[in-house]
Amino acid sequence: MGWLPVFKKEMRLYFGSPVAYVVFTFFLLISGWFFSQIFLFYSDASMRSFMQPQFGQNLNVIENVMRPLFTNMSVVLLFFIPMLTMRLFAEEQKSGTIELLLTYPVRDGEVLAGKYLAALALFAILLALTLLYPGLIAYFTRVEWGPIFTGYLGLLLTGAVFLAVGVLVSSMTENQIVAGFGTFGILLGFWIVGWGAEFAGGNLRGVLQYLSIGDHLDGFTRGLIDTKDLVYYVTGVGLALFLALRSVESKRWKG
Amino acid sequence: MIQVDNLTKRYGPVEAIHDVSFSVDKGRIVGFLGPNGAGKSTTMKILSCFMPASGGTAKVAGYDVFSQSIEVRRRIGYLPENAPLYPDLSVASYLDFVAEIKGVGRAARRGRVADVMERCFITDMQKRLIGKLSKGYRQRVGLAQALLGDPEVLILDEPTIGLDPRQITEIRSLIRSLAGQHTVILSTHILPEVSMVCDGVIIIKDGRIVAQGTESDLVRRVFPAARIEVRVAGATGDVAGSLRALPGVVGVQPLASRDGAVGFLVEAERDRDVRPELVRLVTGKGWALQELHQVGMSLEEVFMHVIAGEQEPHEALAGEEAS
Repeated sequence: MGWLPVFKKEMRLYFGSPVAYVVFTFFLLISGWFFSQIFLFYSDASMRSFMQPQFGQNLNVIENVMRPLFTNMSVVLLFFIPMLTMRLFAEEQKSGTIELLLTYPVRDGEVLAGKYLAALALFAILLALTLLYPGLIAYFTRVEWGPIFTGYLGLLLTGAVFLAVGVLVSSMTENQIVAGFGTFGILLGFWIVGWGAEFAGGNLRGVLQYLSIGDHLDGFTRGLIDTKDLVYYVTGVGLALFLALRSVESKRWKG
Repeated sequence: MIQVDNLTKRYGPVEAIHDVSFSVDKGRIVGFLGPNGAGKSTTMKILSCFMPASGGTAKVAGYDVFSQSIEVRRRIGYLPENAPLYPDLSVASYLDFVAEIKGVGRAARRGRVADVMERCFITDMQKRLIGKLSKGYRQRVGLAQALLGDPEVLILDEPTIGLDPRQITEIRSLIRSLAGQHTVILSTHILPEVSMVCDGVIIIKDGRIVAQGTESDLVRRVFPAARIEVRVAGATGDVAGSLRALPGVVGVQPLASRDGAVGFLVEAERDRDVRPELVRLVTGKGWALQELHQVGMSLEEVFMHVIAGEQEPHEALAGEEAS
């Protein structure tokens, strides 16, 4: 249970400083803007479908509102998540508090777990706040909750990978800016790597497509939970956290 | 309680400490002395299980700092150099976090935190953010977190740095009061602090231990002879010769003359006070005694002497146990 005090301390730091509130505010402003635009467009389209009935055949709130919203939110997370994780280890390494933290009677893995889970919890709260949007849709029309649930699950898993990469990069530097930009760079790289698949041939095409973070969210937003995607996320989190643990341990040797 | 054998730490090609061995008995307070960069902090980082050594072993309370690190960490309180703390937490919430991570149960936590705050004189500051505290208060919060969990061994890297004179006195008496129940190893730049607080001294230079023992032991070993400075006016004849002829005197060195008086540094057997004899000799000859005093042999002189790098005392002293 050594992770729990670390988890609580990190939560205290998130909510005791403006960090959590600033991130919440801007994420909700931006995703709210996306939601309102997409929703307005959708309602406009449904109006028009009264005049041209063949137009309305493809209209569906999941397909036309929630799916684009999930995709947009995942892009916004690309920018926000590095700012949630950059502090976690870099700050402690800069200020020297890591020296005390790593001499308390808890294992390095527990310290890592406490920090990672705190970031994940903050992110889960952030996602929960956006449940307002499907809630609003449900107020106006009938919705199928299944695909919304899987969409959120996909977003949570995507965020979990982003956070794990963020923790890893933060553990490798004592400079928060480097940690933030490094994380962003790596995540963006994994995002755009799929674009190369179009012109790649043979096995490479499949590999590039599989590596692409964004592609794995697609199934979830359609209500589809594919083992292939789950494996991708779980492996991503596991690998990044394993490397982060190694990086923290190596810090000890260098003093 | 602390047993260090042939400890070596290399940072790449640089050897921070080399073949360091010492032991500290339970309930004793030992001061770690040395110039900057001598390897004091490195040794403490290894003892506190922050950093593994490149060679040798260190045991705290019978547990190896490397292979039984968690057991050791349960038994130590560590205050690193400059007391690194979280500036965005309040004193009370920070100490609550430390108590929890050290495994103090929920029920006991509030009482323990209040207790260490009282002992370190920070109760009035408990609601303040650590980042807003002065250096002296931060140092005391650092000390408070080390004391939490009632560890058997305390490792304090420069505990009184940045404190004002009154705070220094308070902290010293606090550390002094830990003797008996706690084993303390502390590093410092302030030599009198060691005399005031510590039972034993370890002097380290360039990563090697150059002297260790109790203060009086060290003084005795580094300066085997007692030294007396004597100045006489109106002296005639062979003053040095007559001084040397006194029983107990082992050596006489001339000092620079001042105000028409000749001066000598008389080295005498330590167990024998030659001053009465000296006075009798001088007055008997009809000289005027201007000055007579024992040259102080404080830890400071031992330190300067040993650090200056004279070979024989090191050889003679190294390897002795810090009692």
